[in-house]
Amino acid sequence: MANNEGKTISAQNVLLAGLWRENPVLRLLLGMCPTLAVTAAVKPALTMGCSVIFVLICSNIVVSLMRNLLKPHLRILMFTLTIATFVTIADLFLKAFQPDMSEALGPYIPLIIVNCIIICRAEACASKNGLFISIVDAIGMGVGFTLTLCVLAAIRELLATGMIFEIPVLPTAGDSDGWFVPWAAMGMPVGAFVTLGLLLAGVNLITRKGRR
Amino acid sequence: METLQVLLLAFVSIVIVNNLVFTKFLGICPYLGVSGRLDMAFGMGCAVTFVVTLAGTLTWMINNWVLAILHLEVMKYVCFILVIAGAVQLVEMYLRKFFPSLYDSFGIFLPLITTNCAILGLCLFIDLWSIKSLLETVVLSFGAGIGFTMAICIMAGIRENLELADVPVCLRGAPITLITAGLLTLAFMGFAGMIR
Repeated sequence: MANNEGKTISAQNVLLAGLWRENPVLRLLLGMCPTLAVTAAVKPALTMGCSVIFVLICSNIVVSLMRNLLKPHLRILMFTLTIATFVTIADLFLKAFQPDMSEALGPYIPLIIVNCIIICRAEACASKNGLFISIVDAIGMGVGFTLTLCVLAAIRELLATGMIFEIPVLPTAGDSDGWFVPWAAMGMPVGAFVTLGLLLAGVNLITRKGRR
Repeated sequence: METLQVLLLAFVSIVIVNNLVFTKFLGICPYLGVSGRLDMAFGMGCAVTFVVTLAGTLTWMINNWVLAILHLEVMKYVCFILVIAGAVQLVEMYLRKFFPSLYDSFGIFLPLITTNCAILGLCLFIDLWSIKSLLETVVLSFGAGIGFTMAICIMAGIRENLELADVPVCLRGAPITLITAGLLTLAFMGFAGMIR
């Protein structure tokens, strides 16, 4: 299925690259705005991740199919328009079937249009590779993004409210035998920045050890 | 007099209380990427201020005077991103023709502004807050640019000093920048609740 340019790249490698080696958030530092903004709880983070996977796959398919027709100086514009179309679809879908989540995420769903991950994959992968590799790449990158988002959101939600996915995990001080005092700061912008900073530091530590 | 008060409040609110970078997480990529040196950060801030003022005003006009009348709100996002890309292209052409030296010093940042989430974000927030007057939109857009410039310059100032500090190896680079940003937002949280 992969065409001549894509033959040297194996699908498995591409898939795994998105999950860890080139993880968009942890290694490439792409798509920071949604990463920080929607990770106060796991549910919005998961919704955001799924929307990004959908847009990423669709835009990679379209870009890959039209890659031979693109004029170099107009290509970024074409990418953006393609992405904007699919984001509109995702936004309308969420408004219709998940109105609460759509309300909670607010403008961050339309902001997927300017999410650097999607435009980066369109430019770096889909505009150079065949359909199959592009789809695999989109899945790898999308799932890598979603997993990172969920890990970050789980840490923040646990520390801010004592719950994960709205299920109580730690007994909070308000209950009869609770001991856990929620950190309100974790649910605020400060928590987002500091948690992500420490997460990146942890990843740095792991890769440094692995290299040695 | 009352209009002036509303405008002034809107300006202070978008620059300090609802700063796009600190409270809405918009424009984080350039905020972390370009804030290495103060002069670069200031240049980026100026370019963003110009484009965001233009884009915010234009998208408000298109949204209220064209799309709302034709009931084409579905096309909103596509139109917004087209306007922003067009505005950036316009600024780029203008600078290249009339200020070539400035154009050279901006380099790659100019096209990058298209994908700066602060700009599309502001257009979306203006739509979300359903701002009714054109004047308020202009003030909000300009204020958003000023707020971004302020944030990125503060960050650049801190990072220039950070280079002299002894940071643990695994925290160097992005992690320490993010933690610094976190502490900065903590400081700016003190302004929360001042205005709506």
